[in-house]
Amino acid sequence: MSRPRVATGVTILFLVSGCGTGASSTAPSEPPASLPSSDAAESVAPSLEGELLVFAAASLTDALAEVESAFEDANPGVDVELNLAGSSALREQILEGAPADVFMSANASNMDQVIEAEEATESAIFVTNLLQIAVPAGNPGGVTGLDDFADDALLIGLCAEEVPCGDFGRQALENAGVTPAIDTNEPDVRALLTKIAEDELDAGIVYVTDVLAQDFADDVEGIDIPPDDNVLAEYPISALSNAPNPDAAAAFVAFVLSSEGQAILNEYGFGSP
Amino acid sequence: MTESGQDGTAWRGRPPAVLVVLAAIGLGIFVLPFLGLLARTPWGELASLLTGPLVVEALRLSLISSLAATAIALVVGVPLAWVLARVAFPGRALVRGLVVLPLVLPPVVGGAALLFALGRRGLIGGPVYDATGLLLPFSIWGVILASTFVAMPFLVITVEAALRNLDARYEAAAATLGAGRWTIMRRVTLPMIAPSLAAGLVLTWARALGEFGATITFAGNLEGRTQTLPLAVFVALESDRDTAVALSLLMVAVSLTVLIVLRDRWLRAL
Repeated sequence: MSRPRVATGVTILFLVSGCGTGASSTAPSEPPASLPSSDAAESVAPSLEGELLVFAAASLTDALAEVESAFEDANPGVDVELNLAGSSALREQILEGAPADVFMSANASNMDQVIEAEEATESAIFVTNLLQIAVPAGNPGGVTGLDDFADDALLIGLCAEEVPCGDFGRQALENAGVTPAIDTNEPDVRALLTKIAEDELDAGIVYVTDVLAQDFADDVEGIDIPPDDNVLAEYPISALSNAPNPDAAAAFVAFVLSSEGQAILNEYGFGSP
Repeated sequence: MTESGQDGTAWRGRPPAVLVVLAAIGLGIFVLPFLGLLARTPWGELASLLTGPLVVEALRLSLISSLAATAIALVVGVPLAWVLARVAFPGRALVRGLVVLPLVLPPVVGGAALLFALGRRGLIGGPVYDATGLLLPFSIWGVILASTFVAMPFLVITVEAALRNLDARYEAAAATLGAGRWTIMRRVTLPMIAPSLAAGLVLTWARALGEFGATITFAGNLEGRTQTLPLAVFVALESDRDTAVALSLLMVAVSLTVLIVLRDRWLRAL
């Protein structure tokens, strides 16, 4: 229990390399599995400490702020730092050796590439999300559905093809048989939503959760996409193999998958897997 | 040695070892990233990567927008520099500060400010759009404006410094010989500040070519319309790294060539 506190640099290194694989292999499917529960047996895991660097998809921005404070309340020794960006940008940072502990992606392919590069061993789906059309408050462009995305006279924005919301958005348009007249491909979903909230764009495709987000609630309206055209986004999470803080990483993943973590995420409009 | 000896600043004797070591570290900070880039370069496919449609379109947009930004800077930036150098007016220090601001401001802040001023619902952009339907964001004009905003300070401060350092007696002498104000400007002032003007134009162009943050914030990102080279690099980094590296190398090569070639001719002022 006091072990990590008195550990020398060398032992810490040993612990990191030793626990790294163990921690991430507990991340998948069965949430409160071996590591967290054995920690709990050691008297409510007071040994967790240090910084925990979480790389998370931009669409998780609001929900994660609350998950972060709940996790820090439960583990006062841990300081969670969030790096929020498009999942593909985060993937690149991880593949280039960023010292991240946990990766929360908005789609499978970015997580798969991280696993392929042996930066993680396995992942677990922790939330689901649906797409919605976002328009500025008052809907000045008079948008009614995906068909309007083909209208050249409207200013249409999508997420760039490389980020999950751009990929899913294009799938939804394809499902609806619409060829969009795109005016800009934004680097992540929050950048797109900001331009819609500023009324610089008439419509864009974002996640249901983004339209609910507090920062945008007054400035953005959502228009539902019919279930037949909609795309269910599944978000995977994984503790990373080279996590500098593997114990806290495993605990954070377990917390996100726990009923407490899920309750917070549901509040922000995410579905549970 | 000979080059610096010309202005009498050459160090005689062996340079202090500490300084040389620190200078080497300083140089390393500049050079190392380029070595990283070179190490990642897929040399074999470079030619095919650089002739793809994405690259050609981005290069075309970059050249158009950076040259247009430089031209605008020449037309309005030089008069601004002249006013700042020659006309004493209250608040001149503040205006100077405003002109230099884009140099130190994060470009994304500049882009957001442009959006709030000139966007469809912006301070000025709003009324203009309602009256004429004219829209700057998401168009090449938005790219040009963002580039001008970020790059023009280089021209203004270079030319202003040259004008302030100009010996006013030449102009006075020309006046006593009967030259009019335009003749003095054309035959005396402009030729004397020509090296600084050229240096300022080159720097402005190079900065406009590399502009990213203000552009993506203000003008958006669309292939063939607003996606310049830096934006193409940004997008390609997440999907097609070889193309991203090839594009980066292209930008480094173009900028470095221009700066090296022009340095000997005109950039002595720097």
